[in-house]
Amino acid sequence: MELVVILISSVLINNFVLVQFLGICPFLGVSGKLDSAWSMGIAVTFVMALTAVVCWPIYHLILLPSKLDFLQIIVFILVIACLVQFVEMFIRKTAPPLYNAMGIYLPLITTNCAILGFILISVLRNYGYLETIVYGVGSGLGFTLALVIMAGIREELRFADIPKPMQGPGITLLIASIMALAFSGFAGLI
Amino acid sequence: MNQQTSLTWEFLKGLWKDNPNLVQLLGMCPMLAVTNQVSNAIGMGSAIIFVIVFSAAMISLIRRIIPGQVRIAVYIVIVASFVTMADRYLAAFFPDLSKSLGPFVPLIVVNCIILGRIEAFSAKNTVGRSMLDALGMGLGYTIGMLIMGTVREVLGSGTWLGMTVLSPSWYDPIMVFILPAGAFITLGTLISVSRLVQGKMNGK
Repeated sequence: MELVVILISSVLINNFVLVQFLGICPFLGVSGKLDSAWSMGIAVTFVMALTAVVCWPIYHLILLPSKLDFLQIIVFILVIACLVQFVEMFIRKTAPPLYNAMGIYLPLITTNCAILGFILISVLRNYGYLETIVYGVGSGLGFTLALVIMAGIREELRFADIPKPMQGPGITLLIASIMALAFSGFAGLI
Repeated sequence: MNQQTSLTWEFLKGLWKDNPNLVQLLGMCPMLAVTNQVSNAIGMGSAIIFVIVFSAAMISLIRRIIPGQVRIAVYIVIVASFVTMADRYLAAFFPDLSKSLGPFVPLIVVNCIILGRIEAFSAKNTVGRSMLDALGMGLGYTIGMLIMGTVREVLGSGTWLGMTVLSPSWYDPIMVFILPAGAFITLGTLISVSRLVQGKMNGK
């Protein structure tokens, strides 16, 4: 039950992009086309789940017992960077079609603050192993959801007559604010 | 305007022409997340200025010894060390501020404005020049956050830095401005306005 609550709250109530403001750069940058939004979302979810699987044992079994937890920022970012590199090489060798779909987004993920943010938050909240993994998957799905909705709206928007200074980021942010308002309606869900 | 070489220009370009958050659209996450109060914006801004100036200085000092292929990893480790210092310092001396900034201080590591400036500027220029550039960018970033913080705090809770500006007796705070949605509205409007002004200036 606990796990279901974590999942729902990370996808809908505390949506990573719209409520916690993590991963705004790809949200603004990759939301132009629907299929690239899907690929980016799936890549992020995948890396988040992997990060949870790898970083939790490192933090709880190595850093914490040896009182090195102040090194968490450096260790996490290095682990994520290596992980992303490794996943990229692995996919390129074993599944070329998948690589073509999400390959170019993988290097961008290292500097996606949603990944580092999610693992820092789950350490802060003292989540267990399973909870961290569920939280990672949920956050990734929430990110994908926001990204895909935004991409769908922006595809329709291409034919709209928008005042020049508002084109691009201006109008995207205003749409995001309406989406954030809509998502705050989920707050009563649990 | 086109004295690309003057030192003042290296400093000033971060404030308006290449303003990191209004023009280059880099580092948007803290910009949106911590600007519900002016005090948070100031704290975050100072942390970013500290990290960006010292990482820029450090990296331009050792720029000739860093091997090309692993440069990004080296940058990240250096930036992460300074971020850890800032994070520990805030947690020790400003525990309240550190708590309300939450994970956003550690997240300075992956703030694209810092890696972006290092890769684009510090890795190619002298120490003094890089520090000026970094200081300008950091200040430009902080000013952007201050404007957002001011708009959101004044409209959203009627105060500025904790002082009452709009008296609650006649002003009903517009709650939405301290909610996430208000952050998006404010930033969207701010970017649109700055583009409008920039367009007018170029049109002359």
